[in-house]
Amino acid sequence: MGILDRHLHLLETHRAMQATGADPLVVMERVLSPTEAVINGRRTLLVGTNNYFGLTFDKACIEAAIEATRAEGTGTTGSRTANGTYAQHAALEAEMAEFYGKKHCMVMTTGYQANLGIISTLVGEGDYLVIDADSHASIYDACKQTQATIIRFRHNDPASLEARLRRLKDEPGNKLVVVEGIYSMLGDTAPLKAFVEVTKRYGGYILVDEAHSLGALGERGRGLVEEAGVLDEVDFVVGTFSKTLGAIGGFCVSDVEGFEALRVATRAYMFTASLPPSIVASVRAALKIVRKDGAVLRKRLWDNVATLYDGLAKAGFRLGPEHGPVVAVVMPDQMTTVGVWQALMEAGIYVNVAVPPATPGGLCLLRCSLSAAHSRGQLQHMVEVLAEVGHRFGVLPQERSAAVA
Amino acid sequence: MRSAHKFKVYDFTETVPGDSDTPAREQVVAEIVQRLEPFRVDSRPVVGATVITKDLNIDSLAVMDMVMELEDRFDISIPLNDVAEIHTVDELADAVLRKIGGH
Ligand SMILES: Cc1ncc(COP(=O)(O)O)c(C=O)c1O
Repeated sequence: MGILDRHLHLLETHRAMQATGADPLVVMERVLSPTEAVINGRRTLLVGTNNYFGLTFDKACIEAAIEATRAEGTGTTGSRTANGTYAQHAALEAEMAEFYGKKHCMVMTTGYQANLGIISTLVGEGDYLVIDADSHASIYDACKQTQATIIRFRHNDPASLEARLRRLKDEPGNKLVVVEGIYSMLGDTAPLKAFVEVTKRYGGYILVDEAHSLGALGERGRGLVEEAGVLDEVDFVVGTFSKTLGAIGGFCVSDVEGFEALRVATRAYMFTASLPPSIVASVRAALKIVRKDGAVLRKRLWDNVATLYDGLAKAGFRLGPEHGPVVAVVMPDQMTTVGVWQALMEAGIYVNVAVPPATPGGLCLLRCSLSAAHSRGQLQHMVEVLAEVGHRFGVLPQERSAAVA
Repeated sequence: MRSAHKFKVYDFTETVPGDSDTPAREQVVAEIVQRLEPFRVDSRPVVGATVITKDLNIDSLAVMDMVMELEDRFDISIPLNDVAEIHTVDELADAVLRKIGGH
């Protein structure tokens, strides 16, 4: 058996897609703006880039990045625990902590590493890690890196969490519950108030991954923890700089005493190089924008969500359960998903293909994500194109049906 | 602006277990077999020696979901750490019985 044979089935799935003329592994030949790029030589509307506030081309962020590169160089060439902590890294941590009103913040190189490192370090032998069944890969990978006992509860179901914590109530050891603010595939939000209540009732700690909700939710953009009014009760908030803040990086904020121990215990923090100066500078500039203009950008984002979600619902598509910056369009099977995706590409529209095992419930999805930078016209165009393609592929009935309730 | 997010009121009473009689082994096996029936390949029956991820058309996610159902059915905890070492229906039944027995 060859060393890569165990992955052959994945390659075969990919090749089957390619054989139909579609290859979801696209190359962005030229990125023109937060909402447009050239792909396969074609000017393409981007509706799947997690660029929620459209800050990737923001002038202030770009200038800050350029200036930091000139001043401090292209990279730090070292770990946060060696030569990779510059004054800017410490300043960003202080600003993030202040933004959340928490005492501590740790900035890491990606959101993936933040989940992987923090979660696997918080719990160890004798502890319990209790996770939502639809958790992101970075959370599942944290499960493999810890000696803790892993228990899974039904997605977004506080009663299912309750049952599990009740069964563990006489066990010694810490219990850490992990949920996400907005789920990345279906765009649904967690019933966080109930999760926090149950967790606290059983003496557990709760960590919330706000990767897709930073900026998008809460009066000041602090995510579902703010929107649900549980910011003070949540023990750890993890997030990313790679979506709303338009760069790359991860963070964790907390009030938990002894938090600083994580800096010398978290392997994904210690054994990788820190963020380059340009990124730290652009993230600081982006955070300033979230704090100053967040309300305007948030309104634009949610107006765009409504245009796309309501437009597609009216056309008759099956969608994720609620309005959100992620709008998932449910397809009947993998071949149709790829076919419709390819037809969209040919019409100059890019969305994400999401198929099992990366999706919950074995669903095949065209995953769209909105940006404050989209114009209403761009999204109305997308609704029209997808409705036409949907009819052509038999995803929608031939006769335009009445709006779904 | 976004549609207001409604916080559901959850009824936690439904998760409190009923009787706590220890089920017979056959009953545990039957509960497992019943949940695996939909994943049968051809007409081969699901039996104690069936290797779950090899003899059936089931992915690891569906196995984890079934384990979650068994946890609720028998009011026990079956950690994911243990699932990796369970291969056959018999082994899963043993694990369930061990947990019911409090080990
Ligand atoms: C829920 C969730 N958590 C964490 C991450 C990881 O973020 P990053 O891109 O910073 O590694 C992502 C993004 O893929 C995500 O969707």
